[in-house]
Amino acid sequence: MARGRPGLSPALLGLLPLAFLAVFFAWPVGAIVRLGMDAAALDVLADPGTWRIVAFTLGQAAAATLVAVVAGLPVAFLLARVALPGMAVVRALVLVPFVLPTVVVGLAFRGLLGGGVLPIVLANAFFNVAVVARTVGGLWAHLDRRAEDAARSLGASRWRTFTAVTLPALTPALGSAAAVVFLFCATSFGVVLLLGGARFRTLETEIYLRTVELLDLSGASALSLVQVTAVVAVLVLGARARRRREAALKLRARVESARRPVGGEWWVVGAAYAVVALLVVPIASLVARSVDGGFAGYRALSGTGHAGSLSVTGWEAAANSLRTATDATVLALILGVSAAVALVSLRRARFIDALDTALMLPLGVSAVTVGFGYLITLDALPGDLRTSAALVPLAQALVVTPLVIRLVLPVLRSIDERLRQAAATLGAGPWRVWREVDLPLAGRSLLAAAGFGYVVALGEFGATSFLARPDTATLPVVIGRLVSRPGELNSQMAYAACTLLMVVTVAVALVVERLRAGELGEF
Amino acid sequence: MRRMAIALFALLLAGCSLSGDDKPGDRTVVLVTHDSFAHDPAVFDRFTAETGIRVEVRKSGDAGALTNQLVLTKASPLGDVAFGVDTTFASRALDEGVFAEYRSPAAAEGPQRYVVDDSGRLTAVDVGDVCVNVDVAALESRGLPVPTGYADLADPKYKDLLVVEDPATSSPGLAFLLGTVASFRDGWVGYWEKLRANGVLVVSGWEEAYTQEFSGSSGQGPRPIVVSYASSPSAEIGEDGEPRTRALLDTCFRQVEYAGVLANAKNPEDAGKVVDLLLSPEFQRTVPEMMYVYPAREGVELPEAWAKAAPLPENPATLPAAEIQANRERWIEQWRAAVQG
Repeated sequence: MARGRPGLSPALLGLLPLAFLAVFFAWPVGAIVRLGMDAAALDVLADPGTWRIVAFTLGQAAAATLVAVVAGLPVAFLLARVALPGMAVVRALVLVPFVLPTVVVGLAFRGLLGGGVLPIVLANAFFNVAVVARTVGGLWAHLDRRAEDAARSLGASRWRTFTAVTLPALTPALGSAAAVVFLFCATSFGVVLLLGGARFRTLETEIYLRTVELLDLSGASALSLVQVTAVVAVLVLGARARRRREAALKLRARVESARRPVGGEWWVVGAAYAVVALLVVPIASLVARSVDGGFAGYRALSGTGHAGSLSVTGWEAAANSLRTATDATVLALILGVSAAVALVSLRRARFIDALDTALMLPLGVSAVTVGFGYLITLDALPGDLRTSAALVPLAQALVVTPLVIRLVLPVLRSIDERLRQAAATLGAGPWRVWREVDLPLAGRSLLAAAGFGYVVALGEFGATSFLARPDTATLPVVIGRLVSRPGELNSQMAYAACTLLMVVTVAVALVVERLRAGELGEF
Repeated sequence: MRRMAIALFALLLAGCSLSGDDKPGDRTVVLVTHDSFAHDPAVFDRFTAETGIRVEVRKSGDAGALTNQLVLTKASPLGDVAFGVDTTFASRALDEGVFAEYRSPAAAEGPQRYVVDDSGRLTAVDVGDVCVNVDVAALESRGLPVPTGYADLADPKYKDLLVVEDPATSSPGLAFLLGTVASFRDGWVGYWEKLRANGVLVVSGWEEAYTQEFSGSSGQGPRPIVVSYASSPSAEIGEDGEPRTRALLDTCFRQVEYAGVLANAKNPEDAGKVVDLLLSPEFQRTVPEMMYVYPAREGVELPEAWAKAAPLPENPATLPAAEIQANRERWIEQWRAAVQG
């Protein structure tokens, strides 16, 4: 760590993401909440109806998180430890739900299961299985298999080995994934609105209604404060649990740890395939709808929909999506890696939990609150960013950055401190230590973070639909737009665009996979 | 390290959506509108060629979201002219002082029929009535006649056939609720209780109602009666050239969409010219096909499919904007208690 060495400490890198958060998150959110803070806001807090909404929000998010973790763990095992043909395809496939626009998934689930609480929980879990599988799988692939083999040869059962050796080692990643999934589910909007109707309301849908439709800013402010408080409480608990478990793990390359499953492992593999099959059901129903009645929808992608429903063609929207997601990913990687490096180098500082939590907050606050906050603050910046095309990648980066942190941080933290100390003893400065030790070891998870972040940015709908200009509309925005207009062609085109989005996602995931395989000096 | 930095920089440039940002010309008017706005670019291009004014379109949310954003940003508006504030939200925008006075010379050519008040701040651009739509063939196959008005929908003959949108989350849903208020006055809650007893299905938005639950659209859902627009049947013309669906003209509520010059606009003079453009015969002719609404200007011909499938309702229900503004939230609460309580 080179404590006391002259020069810039890596901890200072943390200032970069903090500055970004301050301008594009804390300031706008603070401004809109302050605007609504008045006596009427207190009445909202005193209303028992508000607390029923809070309970339902947290309850459904906890249930969906549980489902996503239980379903995601076998898939994580499959991705991390199993060498069977077709793994690259499975890895790409589990990402698909994550990019699908909520409105389309909501419609698919309505078609399959109807409305109600269970479909809400399942749909939220559906989106997030990938988060668990990728985050946990990322660490799992690097765990030294020999510890487990030793436990086995000492007579421990497979289950005992899993609970006593593997699970504790996975806890940091599991905690990270669960926190992220919980935040996504607690703030999920489109799905709750579509499947819950007006009967099941969450903080997120209620904040949306009060802000966007009723302009009841005092009610919205009160609810936003409740939301932030709940989110912070969950994050602090999560960060505590993670840190208690942190230990330097011996990381290995994936090739060493993946092999053909043996014995009882086949059950886990079977469970993983069952989960993947369940994920495919709604996806398949969307693809089926896109070819319902021929390929008219696909041909329509080169146009702008029935009677010019759109300002861009389907292909232009796809290009917009790719461009915006690239910008957002690059920005999020810079911010997220800076933050992760700072968090690692501050590992013993007292305020680290607070910092960690602050960096995660954007995932837990309503996109509407942020969006309306932008309206009343960003005109103070030069160039009036409120109506600039640049705001979309900035807002997407706000969502992607916490994910990058969560993917990179567990790996960086589990790097043996002694490696860094050895490098420092040999005369390497802090930057050189980072470059020679951390970067090669975390390279794989960095790449995974880039790929995952890119996919998240591709699918981001809430902030993008609010901020995108008609000529810069992305695929999810275009899909949402098409299904909200009458006409058979629009509907067919929407589902074709959905399929296109899935194909792009799988292609991106496969390219990342290929790059990764080509990376020789990984360990 | 340097090589990495260069590579990163190159990547930034290659993918940059910031670099392609167009430079606004000298005379640019920013038109702020809702997501449903659609226009024929040729009409705008001709306007630019004639006047030298370039129109930049910014869309955000539905009519309610648009109005509320205009209210929040009235001191530093997002543009110069706004289109899309409708009957249900006009009073809020006017009370909050979002718009400046601008009296277009074209406002006397028909739009004056829909005027909100005499302050000259909002000018009607189009009319889009919300009406009950029916799937004619599906009703026939059940041996049912096409219902004629509100009363039939509560008739047990039509049990479990109607799907409506939640007025709290959907603009056509709210319009339909307002239509029943206008028709039944104090008896509207009782009417909804009857609809509830008759198995009305409430969904949160037009998308689920029309594209998923309604049997007459591409989704081929289970219910043959839905709350949609007077113009929707024009998009559902069958292969024989006949509309598959029909709007019930006695269940319509009139929604008018307005345009106006924003107070504190950077370019108010040119903004007024854009209001004139929206009222011009060239633009008005395109609104049916582009936005599924009827021109506010008189003497503008409707497309052929519309004449057959989607005539403008003659006697739609209406409510004064001020009355809607004063009661909107209370009515929605009462509706929730009656239908979902």
